[in-house]
Amino acid sequence: MSGEHHKELGFFRKYVFSVDHKVIGIQYGITALCFLFFGFCLIMMIRWQLAYPGEPMPLIGGLLERLMGAKWAEEFMPGGRMTPDFYNALGAMHGTIMIFLGVVPLLVGAFGNYVMPLQIGAPDMAFPKINMASYWCFAAGGVIMLSSFLVPGGAANSGWTSYPPLSAIAQPPAAGWPILFSGQTLWLVGMVALITSSLLGSVNFIVTIIQLRVKGLTMFRLPFFVWAQFVTSFLLLLAFPPLEAAGVLQLMDRVAGTSFFLPEGLVVSGQVAMVQGREIAGGGNPLLWQHLFWFLAHPEVYVLILPAMGIVAEIIANNTRKPLWGYRALVYSTVFLGFMSFIVWAHHMFMTGMGTSISAFFATTTMIISIPSVIILTALIISLYNGAIRFTTPMLFALAFLPMFAIGGLTGLPLGLPVSDIPLHDTYYVIGHFHYVVAPGTILAIFGGIYYWFPKITGRKMNDTLGRLHFVFTFICMNVVFMPMFFQGLAGVSRRLFDQTQYSWGAAVQGWTITSSWGAWMLGVAQIFFFINFFWSIWGGKKVSNNPWEATTIEWSAPSPPPHGNFATEPVVYRGPYEYSVPGMSKDFFPQTAVTEA
Amino acid sequence: MADAHADVSKHVRVYWIVFGALIVGTTLTVVVANIDLGHTTNLVLALMIAAAKGTLVAAIFMHLKWERSASVWISLGLCAVLFTVLMTLPVLTVNDYPPGVKHDRTGSWDMLPATTVVEHEGGH
Amino acid sequence: MSSELLPYTVKPHPVTGVYSGKLGVWLFLASEVMLFGAFFSAYILLKVGAPLEGPAHWPLHSERHMSWMIGGFNTLVLIISSVTMVMAWVSLKSGNFGKARMLLGATVALAVLFLVIKITMEYIPHWRDGLTTNTSNFWGIYYTMTGLHGVHILGGIVVISYFIGPGSKLWHENPEYYTNRIECTGLYWHFVDLVWIFLFPTLYLMS
Repeated sequence: MSGEHHKELGFFRKYVFSVDHKVIGIQYGITALCFLFFGFCLIMMIRWQLAYPGEPMPLIGGLLERLMGAKWAEEFMPGGRMTPDFYNALGAMHGTIMIFLGVVPLLVGAFGNYVMPLQIGAPDMAFPKINMASYWCFAAGGVIMLSSFLVPGGAANSGWTSYPPLSAIAQPPAAGWPILFSGQTLWLVGMVALITSSLLGSVNFIVTIIQLRVKGLTMFRLPFFVWAQFVTSFLLLLAFPPLEAAGVLQLMDRVAGTSFFLPEGLVVSGQVAMVQGREIAGGGNPLLWQHLFWFLAHPEVYVLILPAMGIVAEIIANNTRKPLWGYRALVYSTVFLGFMSFIVWAHHMFMTGMGTSISAFFATTTMIISIPSVIILTALIISLYNGAIRFTTPMLFALAFLPMFAIGGLTGLPLGLPVSDIPLHDTYYVIGHFHYVVAPGTILAIFGGIYYWFPKITGRKMNDTLGRLHFVFTFICMNVVFMPMFFQGLAGVSRRLFDQTQYSWGAAVQGWTITSSWGAWMLGVAQIFFFINFFWSIWGGKKVSNNPWEATTIEWSAPSPPPHGNFATEPVVYRGPYEYSVPGMSKDFFPQTAVTEA
Repeated sequence: MADAHADVSKHVRVYWIVFGALIVGTTLTVVVANIDLGHTTNLVLALMIAAAKGTLVAAIFMHLKWERSASVWISLGLCAVLFTVLMTLPVLTVNDYPPGVKHDRTGSWDMLPATTVVEHEGGH
Repeated sequence: MSSELLPYTVKPHPVTGVYSGKLGVWLFLASEVMLFGAFFSAYILLKVGAPLEGPAHWPLHSERHMSWMIGGFNTLVLIISSVTMVMAWVSLKSGNFGKARMLLGATVALAVLFLVIKITMEYIPHWRDGLTTNTSNFWGIYYTMTGLHGVHILGGIVVISYFIGPGSKLWHENPEYYTNRIECTGLYWHFVDLVWIFLFPTLYLMS
């Protein structure tokens, strides 16, 4: 297929409006890494306000004033001190950007797009043009989100969860500005674009995995990473539409005068609440938003973790030089986990006055869903047992993922039971819990994946010394950032506080806040190793063969980087994905596509 | 698959029958809605007729009757289950109150408004 | 061009029994079911929790000024357009492109008729009578749901028009591929019809 000569495409068709899954994967990867860094910058600013409330921000304060102009600085950071509204905007946008523009596009858009078709031996995704449309919807959503920082009133500041009634009435558009140009409204429009992108992507992923597997690659010969992507795509496909509906409903509340989420007789700051200068009709239900939002946002948690588990599984099998322990258990657990993730959402809503029967139902399903998670983690840990472990850079990240995810997962259990959730709800404990899953968990897995597949994408390896330094500092700093949050939370400090020292119990644990802030800034410094390594290695890294890690899965039998169409001849698969250290063989790996031991 | 569609002209008759059935269904919906059978009966009847019409459209026009692909059926089955969850669980949630609490709704969405009566069921 | 098509774009996969496009459309429709499902769920929740009296109360059937005749007529329009759509596919199967094109044209005409009736005989008079999105949540959700359905109709008009016009070149290059695409478009179109079958009694008839 790719042996034939392809018509030479112009620059734009080849690198900008490309339909090749590999180019799109790289586009996703680079865009999402930029967003990830941007979201991280927002939180580094927040950490200053938290650690040293009310003090002018050194360096950055002045820099921003010069960059954005005096008028902007006057509104958001007078004298280098951030206003409470700006603080709220930074918090809301940090969450939104990290999840919807950073981590998910990296895991699904970048790794899924680049690696999954290669791992199933396909020449491309099933619908290449839809794949391109999906990337450009994502890019449009990102631009809309970013542009919201520039409208009067600033970016959305009602939290990443955008709970109404606050979000429905906050930030009316400034006089003389079109109705859509206010932070929260742009947030909603941006979300609709991002959701459309995810829907297009997930249809494409599912069809590709079902239809385009090469000969011999049965479902139970798929690498675990592909299974993770498969289940993730179903979560995106069926959980996102309710949030799209909720987004449309809230948009109607904000621009068309409906009151889907606005109860009757709503009074804000002693005045009857108004939207667009009109009195609201009322009769709406704020909990409706929470149901529709969490119907997506709980499965979304598994969208954030399943592909990360897939990456870790690939790296662990490759670097322990033995098959994954309990492959089928892993697959069944993942499928079950995916299904269960749809019926646990209201454990985010124990504080909303739900009755005991429904609370008991959701607490039970939440306890049940922890079982497959533990099975997956256990299988990955047992896979290490008796392995001839190679401590390569990606393996270090994969190994660190295991205890970090365990901490994140186990600290979630008290939040799944109404009795212990009620005192912990909306405290820093919750922040610590989900950041342990997503930051030291998923983001470490993402770094591992970048180090692991970099040779396939560029034909060169990233530098090991820099990689190890990056790992050590990242790993330590991550824990310095997030461990103190548990102590703060248990001391009763609420999340989203502008200045916790105003409360005696907050002032008592301010030391932990400062520790956490310094951890965050050091974490930022540690990424310098990654930046240097990443850009230097693209041009100056050590050239390596097509299969530098001596791996078994199909992507390593393609040239590095794979040409358009991926494989010179269509591969045929003869065995399962992790045939490492097969007894009686001279080499310790047996690729899926090898007919016999060559 | 291919032979199932081989003789499409046979399908045409079925399509016309379904067309007739849909028109009858629509008329029936309107007629039933204009007879007062009590709120619940009217609601259930209207939904049942709509469901029957929807099934006809999905089965015949959308060819589900002839669909043999497990991939399609598994996806749709999953969708049906989650659709049911989406339709039932939120509304169950708003009608569930802590024991001993009577919820008297008079137009407010506060879960425990001023009109809430907490019954103390005897002393311990 | 057609030599570069990915496998199973035209012919069904021997194991899964479908071509990729059809599976893709079914998955897309599954997500659409969840989208409209969320709106119906919102409708139920809003109705159950609506104030019993006051300006924002859920209007009784008699207060809605909704004509079942207009709604019912539009239901018939959509049902007939579903029939013309499926007949267009039948014509393509038996190789009659001219007839298929005519039937697709009829489908577009019926879709336009639906929108014209909806806008001129319902939206505009209602809005003039002061029944706006701001009146009560019934009217809010009515405009939102029918509006979203209308956007789907509009999408269908665009897609079918494309296949009557520039997209019809494909018939001469690869008739089976073209027939498949019409089948996929049909699946979408029947789904839009199906949604209306549920919207009609919900919004027009139930009290």
